[in-house]
Amino acid sequence: MTTMPRRWRGEPSTAREVAHAISRSRREFLREATGAVATGTLLYPYPLSALAMPRARKAVVVTFGGGARDDETFAPDGQDNIPHMLAELAPRSTFFTQVINRGILGHYVATASLATGVYETFNNFAKVSPDHPTVFEYFRKDLKRPSTDAWVIAPSNGFNRIGESEYRGYGPGFGAGVILPKRLLAAALANGGEGNFNHLLRDNYESSSFSPVVGGNDVELKTLSDIFQLSVADFVAHAKSLASPDELSVYIARQLMHRLAPSLLWITLHDIDVAHSGAFSLYLDGIRRSDRLCAELWRMIQAEPEYAGKTTMFILPDFGRDSDASAGGNGFQHHRTGDPTSRTTWMMALGAGVRENTIVDRPIESTDLVPTLGSLLGFSPSLAQGKPLPEVL
Amino acid sequence: MLPPQLSAENFHRYPPKARQLAIENVGLLRRLPLGFVPFLLKEIILYDWKFPAEQHELNGQIAYLKGLPDERRQAEMARFAKLQLAAQLEAFDWVNSPGQFLELLSAHLWATHQTDEFREASEQYVHKFYAAFERPALPVPRLGIVVLGEGVGENRYSLFRKLRRNGVYFSNVNPANGLDAVVETVRTRAAKYPQAYAHWSIQGAAKIVAPGVTCVSYNELTRVRGALAEKMRAAYESPKFNPEVLRTVLAQVEPASLGMAGAGRDEKLDRFQLSLLTEGSGTQIYSTTFVQWAAREALRRAQPLTLFTQYAPRQKERPMNELLTETGRTVATDPEGSLIDGDMGAYYTWLNQQRLPGAEQSRFLVWFEGHGEAVAIGPHVKAGTSDASAVTLAELLREIA
Repeated sequence: MTTMPRRWRGEPSTAREVAHAISRSRREFLREATGAVATGTLLYPYPLSALAMPRARKAVVVTFGGGARDDETFAPDGQDNIPHMLAELAPRSTFFTQVINRGILGHYVATASLATGVYETFNNFAKVSPDHPTVFEYFRKDLKRPSTDAWVIAPSNGFNRIGESEYRGYGPGFGAGVILPKRLLAAALANGGEGNFNHLLRDNYESSSFSPVVGGNDVELKTLSDIFQLSVADFVAHAKSLASPDELSVYIARQLMHRLAPSLLWITLHDIDVAHSGAFSLYLDGIRRSDRLCAELWRMIQAEPEYAGKTTMFILPDFGRDSDASAGGNGFQHHRTGDPTSRTTWMMALGAGVRENTIVDRPIESTDLVPTLGSLLGFSPSLAQGKPLPEVL
Repeated sequence: MLPPQLSAENFHRYPPKARQLAIENVGLLRRLPLGFVPFLLKEIILYDWKFPAEQHELNGQIAYLKGLPDERRQAEMARFAKLQLAAQLEAFDWVNSPGQFLELLSAHLWATHQTDEFREASEQYVHKFYAAFERPALPVPRLGIVVLGEGVGENRYSLFRKLRRNGVYFSNVNPANGLDAVVETVRTRAAKYPQAYAHWSIQGAAKIVAPGVTCVSYNELTRVRGALAEKMRAAYESPKFNPEVLRTVLAQVEPASLGMAGAGRDEKLDRFQLSLLTEGSGTQIYSTTFVQWAAREALRRAQPLTLFTQYAPRQKERPMNELLTETGRTVATDPEGSLIDGDMGAYYTWLNQQRLPGAEQSRFLVWFEGHGEAVAIGPHVKAGTSDASAVTLAELLREIA
């Protein structure tokens, strides 16, 4: 809820200054940690031929969710929490230090904005499709790709309509298949007579609750056998060995990549959002798990012949969380103030055609992702508001 | 309805003191824009249950606005007046349900990209008000004490990392009778500087009672939390459920409906404790979250002279595999995780204490219970230093006080 701040001591003077300070801190830290090169003096765009672009490129997008702050990641105090990103991924990446999200800071609407390239304005908790065409629709329609070539793996029921909009000329039939692993698991457990596990459907950490099942183009239990060639019993047995819903999402991603090798795969991690419960240690656990899972996804890409050498991976938080200095918030717990810390995040691009060990300081917007994917994969996201990022093209 | 249409009759459903305050100031309320006046009404409607410091600030805010020449008040309200509000908001009963109105306003501001403008306008207004607001001098510098780490044996977490930068890190504290020394300090201050709601004890487990001290405890609220959980469960199972509906349901919960009723109860404290559970996220589940949020709210609202918070081990978050295999069904605690929660909570308590008047003279002590680590912060200690000499907690408390 909107509140009046009580008092503002030691607040940075302007949003731009705060965003710049965050960017500078990330750049300096990364440079120290990885010896990366800043790109301030380099010219863009790079000549395409120099980067030896492979044909039939693929892209994997991972949202590092739901929202992590610099304090617990790229700031000096946070480095212990992201050893994999620092040691394994950052040296291989072009790292954007300043990604601004000017939209609504709710996870579903913000992720939808990332996926459409437009700051969507619908109610975060509404069971609606994005208002604008998604990246999946542009991709499939423009490139005439089958439905099996674009997939979303998302954390909860609230994301079940993220695969496609209802925009005229796009919409139903052009979107991505959406897999909600927790829902799949709950269905599998019920199917196996293992009782009611509705608590697994906890939909968002803001309310510590679960939502009733709603419609959408998400994939039902039949997926297990048809797509993954996996028995319900095997699926459940594997799930029982995993510690969190995000681990289940990565397990599903592995199955998808191995069986269908989609060209466009979008994975929304969400464990970090346990921060809303106010337990700082659980939030840190979520960050460490996400860090490990991002590295695991990267290794999966390298290990799968269909992906190795032709896949570009993007990792970015959907947004940050409130600053400790914002008197109107409660620090890491929420993302309600709209302060610069909660709006300023980062993005890591790595893989095919991307310069390694490179830092980009200039501010970009989270809506730039879709146009960049369009330029990479060869489709035209005509309604997206952002601009392609020449640094990764 | 718009603010110029307000009349005294509109406030007949307000509690007695709130009604009187609103009616006395209806002329002012009429002259404020719709993008602002519900914020004031949200405070006024709760006036009867506000702590003295809050009432003083609210009175001060009304006096500040009334004292401004018309032209200057209009200038201060200009950014709020320029907010583009939907007709649906104008039609809402913002007089009697200002809290719900603000929920809707918040959603509207986000959806129409006016949040940043609103935030800046609010900051500007608050700055100006506090610059003009005169407060009585404090009889004694504020003292915040945080005790954490119960149940932790060996610790590998880098404790007090953020607080050490602001004070002295003591690594050789004798833990014997440490808690007694803390309680005695609180008791002494409460006796020496008796004021309503000026000395607080907030506990993650059982209550610690002392004369003149306002006591809040997680365990004490077990029955209330249980009754609230039932209401929340009913809301979840409603076909209309979504998190916003849940918030509305929680905002309408009355203390009596959760068993907070009977002669001799402190109605202000009941309402405060209820708000911790209905407005705080995670306070119903984790005792560590409860303590941190309660400390934040006590500081923000009551502005105490003394605040003692003690963390206890919270319940363990069960991983997915345990939930699925139904192993570990006994509710276990997580002392190590709670230590980390408490460490961050202590930092936030210090930050919130520093937001209050008299911050430059405030004192703060955080202690790893049963162990030899502590950090002391105050005007006479050198920030960012450490001290390995043997010391007792009583000596530390005397030193910073």
